[in-house]
Amino acid sequence: MRAVHLAGPALLVIALWQAVVVALDMPPFILPGPARVAQALWTSRVLIAENAVVTIIEVLAGLVLGAVLGAGSAIGLAASERARRLLRPILVFSQAVPVFALAPILTLWFGYGLASKIAMALLIIYFPVTSAFFDALMRTPSGWLDLARVMGAGRRQVMWRVRVPAALPGFVSGLKLAAVYAPIGAIIGEWVGASKGLGYLMLLANGRAKIDLMFAALLVLAVFTLLLHAGVDRATEALLRRRTR
Amino acid sequence: MITAPGLSLSGTADIAGTRVFGPLEMRVPAGRWTCLLGPSGVGKSTILRTFAGIDDEVALDGTCGADDGAPLAGRVALMAQSDLLMPWLTVLDNALLGARLRGETPDRDAARAILSRVGLEAHSDKKPGALSGGQRQRAALARTLMEDRPVVLLDEPFSALDAATRARMQDLAAELLRGRTVLHVTHDAAEAARLGERILLLTEHELQTVAPPDTPMPRAADGEETLAAQGRLTRCLLEAA
Repeated sequence: MRAVHLAGPALLVIALWQAVVVALDMPPFILPGPARVAQALWTSRVLIAENAVVTIIEVLAGLVLGAVLGAGSAIGLAASERARRLLRPILVFSQAVPVFALAPILTLWFGYGLASKIAMALLIIYFPVTSAFFDALMRTPSGWLDLARVMGAGRRQVMWRVRVPAALPGFVSGLKLAAVYAPIGAIIGEWVGASKGLGYLMLLANGRAKIDLMFAALLVLAVFTLLLHAGVDRATEALLRRRTR
Repeated sequence: MITAPGLSLSGTADIAGTRVFGPLEMRVPAGRWTCLLGPSGVGKSTILRTFAGIDDEVALDGTCGADDGAPLAGRVALMAQSDLLMPWLTVLDNALLGARLRGETPDRDAARAILSRVGLEAHSDKKPGALSGGQRQRAALARTLMEDRPVVLLDEPFSALDAATRARMQDLAAELLRGRTVLHVTHDAAEAARLGERILLLTEHELQTVAPPDTPMPRAADGEETLAAQGRLTRCLLEAA
């Protein structure tokens, strides 16, 4: 299986890591070795798990909400030329605002709890999802549209029965990007102000010079992001394959 | 079936200020198979799109419609070179596409009956990706028949098929579309010689009527009259070029 193929590279990284620590004589408060991080991971497992659950909830909620809102926006924009003329420039302009810079404002508005992090994750994935799906919706093969027109199809039917299903691969590629971006949004949100979550735990550990705990939290975050991406990838690929088989 | 109307078109057409065809005067007799033969780029497909009502980019200076005076919209079915099957729908659902797109209740029994007429009854639950090129065009033909329109517009629907499959598809379409007004755009002289009950030859300069063989269509591909007609048509195409 793939997990077996990954064992080699993982061992290589751990070996290099250990080599750097030994060769450069790194003090543990700058770069702890793999063994120390593993130890921190084990001794603080409850603490890390509690905080990981919070981050996972934020990421998944942001992902679902962002995907739904992004899909809705893309369909709305594709359906209405007026909406396109009015909203597309705003959408494009909104991308000039670095989403990270909004984190303090979101914390101010939505508080220190889950809501501001979900909003952050949502914002960071909204545009990639919307634009990938929208572009695909606008590229429906013209032959299908002609056929639908000759058949006397209504606009709504063409959207739901032709354009949306034809654009699903575009939506899926947006979703895959979103799976990578959403954790970034949640972590930034936690850095700016939170009392729970892996991002919060990393800051806390850093402040208390528990660098091994910080790395342990980072490791968990990275593994979660990888699993999320792989999960979305698998699920959507299976969906797309089944769709045409 | 409702009586099929004849079609007529006259005038000139431009796309973005460039002439695509005309001036010409064209008649498609009711209930017959008319082949519109010509080289690429002389506006054959534009004429077809004009009849289909999907000619947004075309500025027609003239008239186009059915000779019974009623509008053509809703009385036309279209079959193109590309089968235009939706890859995410089964063959059966593809045949039912028109009904679904109009928000009507799909008649699955009728679709099954038509699929068996085109020889796809065993494939009705497959997706188009699992079919051969010929089977896909059969599915497209079934979808066209499901529309049950008196006028059928064919835009080179068999040109991407191999010779044997093409000949079989021609026979099948000729049988199943009999009685409808068919306008069949093609660049294949042999195809026009086999199928045309009326053959129109469109070149850059003019639209001319070429007499088809006297025998009923579909004609044998190796029939003497068919081959002679194919030769005449090829000569016409050569002379026009």
